[in-house]
Amino acid sequence: MSKRILTGAEIIWECIFREGVDVVFGYPGGAILPAYDALNKYRNKIHHVLVRHEQGATHMADGYARASGKVGVAMATSGPGATNMITGMATAMMDSVPIVCITGQVPSPVIGTDAFQEIDIIGASITVTKHNYLVLDINELAETIKEAFHVARTGRPGPVLVDIPKDIQIQSTDFTYPTGKVELPGLIEPQGVDGLQIQKFAEMIAESERAIILAGHGVILSNATQEVLDLANLAQIPIGTTLLGIGGVPASHPLVLGMMGMHGETWVNRAIQESDLLIACGMRFDDRVTGKLKTYSPNSKKIHIEIDPSEINKNISVDLPIHGDLKTILNQILPVVSKKDNHSWINKINGWQKDSQRKDIIDQETEVLMGAHVLRKIWEGTKGDALVITDVGQHQMLEAQYYEHEDPRSLITSGGLGTMGFSLPAGIGASFYEKDREIWIIVGDGGFQMTMAELGTAVQENRNINIAIINNGYLGMVRQWQEMFYEARYMETPILSPDYIKLAAAYGIEAFRVEVLDEVIPTMRKVQKHKGPSLIEFVVEKHDIVYPIVPSGSSLHEMIERPVQSKNGNVNYQKEELKK
Amino acid sequence: MKQTLITLVEDKPGVLNRIASLFRRRGYNIDSLVVGKSEKPGVSRMTIMTNEEDQRKRGHIYFNLLNLVNVIAVKDVSNLECVTREFILIKIQSGPDQLNEVKAVVNNHGARIVDLGKETVIVEATEREKEIDRLVEDLTKFNITEMTRTGKIAMRKGKTYKVSSEKINAQATDVSWVPENIHTYHN
Repeated sequence: MSKRILTGAEIIWECIFREGVDVVFGYPGGAILPAYDALNKYRNKIHHVLVRHEQGATHMADGYARASGKVGVAMATSGPGATNMITGMATAMMDSVPIVCITGQVPSPVIGTDAFQEIDIIGASITVTKHNYLVLDINELAETIKEAFHVARTGRPGPVLVDIPKDIQIQSTDFTYPTGKVELPGLIEPQGVDGLQIQKFAEMIAESERAIILAGHGVILSNATQEVLDLANLAQIPIGTTLLGIGGVPASHPLVLGMMGMHGETWVNRAIQESDLLIACGMRFDDRVTGKLKTYSPNSKKIHIEIDPSEINKNISVDLPIHGDLKTILNQILPVVSKKDNHSWINKINGWQKDSQRKDIIDQETEVLMGAHVLRKIWEGTKGDALVITDVGQHQMLEAQYYEHEDPRSLITSGGLGTMGFSLPAGIGASFYEKDREIWIIVGDGGFQMTMAELGTAVQENRNINIAIINNGYLGMVRQWQEMFYEARYMETPILSPDYIKLAAAYGIEAFRVEVLDEVIPTMRKVQKHKGPSLIEFVVEKHDIVYPIVPSGSSLHEMIERPVQSKNGNVNYQKEELKK
Repeated sequence: MKQTLITLVEDKPGVLNRIASLFRRRGYNIDSLVVGKSEKPGVSRMTIMTNEEDQRKRGHIYFNLLNLVNVIAVKDVSNLECVTREFILIKIQSGPDQLNEVKAVVNNHGARIVDLGKETVIVEATEREKEIDRLVEDLTKFNITEMTRTGKIAMRKGKTYKVSSEKINAQATDVSWVPENIHTYHN
């Protein structure tokens, strides 16, 4: 253990470096200046990415963390720098993403005096962080940063903020890096399963005839892909995934059905409603997944394996709660699960699937470019092997439906919070981990305009990213709701876009506009050859609706299925379908 | 019956804020919250009462408290045998003519008069919550000008949890204080 005198600012970088972090996304400013000055000594160890807005820094750290499974780090100054991070922390909180945000704070003697750029970011961020720290003693700084990383990645991951006053950054101390395990009495240890639970689990599977596995984000976070597939294969149980569970199990696997929930596939939702046993693996029965709670999967028993005990029995009462790490638990359970044949159940689901696919838009010819077609072509053009980052809205749901993911961590999307503007910065962040992988950022014209300032970051850092703007001239998902549930009063959803080709040109970014289906793949080929950021604007049908949809407040089986498409691409939406 | 939670928390700035914030944002109602030192330096002990009747929601409160990093342990003692006490100070405006009457009520409840002024009397009592309620009820016929109640504190009878003098973490190994078996709530 080496002892040396370091300033607080140096300790920050030293600790970040020792956590194995080699990239930090941030923006300098008054209260964090000492830290930025000390970066001079760490330039060869840590790469700093200058963002254009602190929200971007948090999304980049988030994208980096989701792509890598490691902790992402964002840095900002006090006051507005810190408050700009709130949305990014909330996004990471809702989706269980480990990030550490370091903020400068006004010098400790003036805290509480409304000093210039002072904000109580600890108070402001309590509800959007897993935990946060204000460091008031330089001798606690190293320990606190280490603890912050530990809290961020342990158990159910989440964002942690460390607020460091300027004077603490300037002071010096004998630096000793805390070694050994972080001991935090308040962190819950996962309980794991006992023999009784294992036995009950096996019994419930044996007794079931129509079981379904609900695979959530926890499958990816726990690295439990193989275990979930083993369980499915062994007892022949089909798997539905949540939005964040996509990629956790390979889409091409015969037992993997697709996404569930509001815009999930009809056959998945039907299977859930008719199931007699739900096996929920690392998911939290979000309202977008369950629809109306009272009628959710009414005849099934429910097993819930979840690392956060407060999620168990939160929305849905379960029959067998199991608290702990999914991978560990499935490994304990698998040896006692017996082989099973589920032919009739699987055939039934397959029948529903065929029925629904006949209506699917990707098999229909349209005169105008449809969002679904673009997403399907992007899947084809990348052989389903790209890292895809989506924004929020119609294109996000189309991505989930038409881009089939084979690997964990191949889709990054803001699920829980639904943060528009997430994709561009998250994609930039992910590109610092997936350096050689093809990266596609799929974004609507609304979301893109929220954080498009980060184009500057992409160019300055020469990121090898492909941006696909799905431009329909509307805030499409909101427009869809207005059409379906607000009698087509399109209040404030038509949105002007700049000329994206010229905008890209202003940044020196290669850009193309695509308006017909036949040009999608050829244009993709052009940007795929290009190293560095590139952009394609896909001009798509303005009045498209994402089907299937479970209207808000309806039961999963009351979904509106894909209607037959007319020649001009306009859907014939029929009210009668609501009654089903 | 009200839910009573004994909670051990790290004695750090802002912990009370985190707990209050949790109750606010999840829409739980705090009936009373008493916080003070415990037997272990660095560890504060809270007795939190909620008026949540639904067992599932009680579980939500329990596990969300437990999820807070500064919360070391939570024990739901609602259904366990406990010694519970609340402390009250109550000021009554009363002339000498009423004094004997006040004294009779006070004695009847095992309360004490701790200050006898020219026109006012301060009464104190330490009792179970319901006894305090009765005392207050009987005193309302006089002119009550001030009242302060501490809220309930509770201590489980019998079983003691251990807090090691070495590190607070050690008590997590004592089964009576580890996160309550998930099945207690979940079944």
